[in-house]
Amino acid sequence: MTTGPGEQPVVLALSGITKRFGALMANEGVDLELRRGEIVALLGENGAGKTTLMNILFGHYVADEGTVSVAGADGRLQPMEPGSPGAALRSGIGMVHQHFTLAENLTAFENIVLGTVPLIRPGLAGRNARARLAELMRRSGLEVDLDIRVSRLSVGEQQRVEILKALYRDARVLVLDEPTAVLTPQESDTLFATLKSLAAQGIAIVFISHKLAEVLAASDRVAVLRLGRKVADLPTAECDRQKLAELMVGHAVTPSRREPKAPGAALLTLDGVTAGEGRDSIRDVGFTLHEGEILGIAGVSGNGQATLARLLSGLLPAERGNLFLRDKPVHAHDAGDMIRSGIARIPEDRHRDGVVGAMTVAENLVIEEIRGRRYQRFGFLDFAAIAARAREAIAAYDIRCPGGGAVARLLSGGNIQKIVLARTLDAGPVVVLAAQPSRGLDIGATGDVHRRLLAARARGAGVILISEDLDELFALSDRIAVIHRGHLSAPRPSEELDRASVGLMMAGHHTESEAA
Amino acid sequence: MSDILEILLTANFWAAALRIATPLIFGVLGALLCERAGVLNLGIEGIFTAGAMAGWMAVWLGAGLWGGVLVAALAGAAFGLVHAILTVPLGLSQHVSGIGVTLFATSLSYYTYRTALPDVSSPPRIEAFQPADIPYLSDLPFLGPALFQQTPLTFLALAFVVVVAFVLYRTPLGLAIRAVGDNPSAIEAQGLSVTLLRMGTVVAGSALMALGGAFLTMSAFDAFFFNMVNGRGWICIALTVFASWRPGKALIGALLFGAFDAFQVRLQTEVGGVVPGQVFLMMPYLLSIAALVVVARKADYPRAMLKPYFRGQR
Repeated sequence: MTTGPGEQPVVLALSGITKRFGALMANEGVDLELRRGEIVALLGENGAGKTTLMNILFGHYVADEGTVSVAGADGRLQPMEPGSPGAALRSGIGMVHQHFTLAENLTAFENIVLGTVPLIRPGLAGRNARARLAELMRRSGLEVDLDIRVSRLSVGEQQRVEILKALYRDARVLVLDEPTAVLTPQESDTLFATLKSLAAQGIAIVFISHKLAEVLAASDRVAVLRLGRKVADLPTAECDRQKLAELMVGHAVTPSRREPKAPGAALLTLDGVTAGEGRDSIRDVGFTLHEGEILGIAGVSGNGQATLARLLSGLLPAERGNLFLRDKPVHAHDAGDMIRSGIARIPEDRHRDGVVGAMTVAENLVIEEIRGRRYQRFGFLDFAAIAARAREAIAAYDIRCPGGGAVARLLSGGNIQKIVLARTLDAGPVVVLAAQPSRGLDIGATGDVHRRLLAARARGAGVILISEDLDELFALSDRIAVIHRGHLSAPRPSEELDRASVGLMMAGHHTESEAA
Repeated sequence: MSDILEILLTANFWAAALRIATPLIFGVLGALLCERAGVLNLGIEGIFTAGAMAGWMAVWLGAGLWGGVLVAALAGAAFGLVHAILTVPLGLSQHVSGIGVTLFATSLSYYTYRTALPDVSSPPRIEAFQPADIPYLSDLPFLGPALFQQTPLTFLALAFVVVVAFVLYRTPLGLAIRAVGDNPSAIEAQGLSVTLLRMGTVVAGSALMALGGAFLTMSAFDAFFFNMVNGRGWICIALTVFASWRPGKALIGALLFGAFDAFQVRLQTEVGGVVPGQVFLMMPYLLSIAALVVVARKADYPRAMLKPYFRGQR
């Protein structure tokens, strides 16, 4: 770029946007300007109103107050018809939603041309649609096989289809809602390289994120939202991690650190365990977890972590090898037995496996103990005890919800994770199995999770932390092992490891330490 | 054994199979259109009855046969609109609404018939569609009587198989219908209206279903009786799954059912003395269930079927 983005014309202006959902103020008087060819990061915690703002921009919602103006062909800003995605598309706004808006039973090509020609006519698209798409793919570097059903594309490829969809409609403004939430680190890098090249071609880009690293790496400017209000709007060059974190959370942030502590007796031992089938199986895995220790298991998703978690949760039998809990062999695979032996499980997919979405917060909090005496009277549920437990957990874990009677499904991911934490950690477990415990959570909620895991460690529990996030692994783990294609390396003290070597092992490169 | 072969080798048998299949072809095409758009239409049984009654009555009152067909389609469209309003913008349960439409359409048809003809003992007859006599084709050996001596509505049904397949797979409209049944937010994100698309498809599909009813009173028979639809609508719902929501397979499914039905009638006359007739009547349904069990285990339902869509909700 020869000219700085500051000198480029404004292509989009949101002014005074206010949106309420009942009593909740989702956006309050938000202004945002976007210039041609710049990349703006919209940063904020979950629930700060980022997605609401972008949904207003794209016409999914109508703002209660404020206007959205878009530059027309002559470059003059004109107000856009509110509440109409069609109008947004015609104004040159393209949106890549966090939950993709693709019909999976159609091909990529069909998804892209959907709605671009009148419905009643023979032929799916204009004559030169394919030629145009080929040109677009060449120019943007977004290669994808157009004639495969979307259901068979990887998540990264589906996202490329979404971006192509916008470009095919000549988008001059591209909005991406949490684009990296579903991508691997490598895919994220590719995505941001693509976005930079698109910006260089004059497209204005807004992406929503709560990940500081990518905001700092990929944006020209950062707008920070907190509790629905814009609290900062400044060039990325003037920011650093600490500053952005504080703007986003609203107070000083101190990262969790573990206190040095000598590990205690052996708690859980796996010896030559083989389980599962296919790509995600584990082969000949062995390790020992001690009291008061956090053992980090690093690895790219899909290398056996899910199988390991299912095995330790009692959901899957071991084909070969032995499992010992405090020197006693564990034979049967029985989830109930595992819970009663004191294994707390924080599942990877908290929405699917962590809570029963249709049940209330209170019910989800007591669901693992429902057969015990604590919540029963004469064989019937003791609602008073359950409600009391819910009040206590909601206060102790700061679960943001209307009350114990709220349906769990409607809570945010961070609050659902707090339900899981309260249920599992308050039972006084001896082993905590935490699978991707902070995935998708914002800084505040992640901090909560980390503090709780450290507290469990301090109490003497052993924690198995399965994660892809190296920052998290190094901050919390006493020892780290790397899982790759079902094989687990020997755990080593995290002080003896560095990020680069763990990263290489995650990618399958062996180091001398593993060979030893 | 040779008896069975003899049955299968008569042109007469295949003509009957195609005749029995005709209303089912209309019904399955209508049902698969609705379901492709994400709306289960259990109003089908009542819409069949309404089509049968409305078409017949229009002709009885003096309209031409094709005028009667049009009236039947409009009646079906009207009940389809009721179902569409209840399930799409209002987002009510598609099961409840569909069964409600079936009860409503059936009762209203009977009521209209009884009110118009309070004191007839035997149902009045109309001059129904006659089998076509196509030069050369109808005179072909075997194929002629089997395929080309049908009534015009059978040919219309076959034409609709092609039309529906063409619309679904070769036009932007079909693309949109398939997309809205899989992920309605894809439609909204492309600036189209989920509501209009779903309602339009349900109305069109219901009109097609009503033609299946019209065939009963205007081709297969020449009068309207109570209970004459006799579960054909429900069979269509099952056949839609069997057909994996594809028009071509819908034709095959309907023909298969028609063949079973034609076969059991003929088998009854062969060995009827030994085995009670009800066993044979049961056969096509049993075989449908068996076929469905095999196919439906892998059934790839439209992902958004039964799920109402409201804008701005995730």
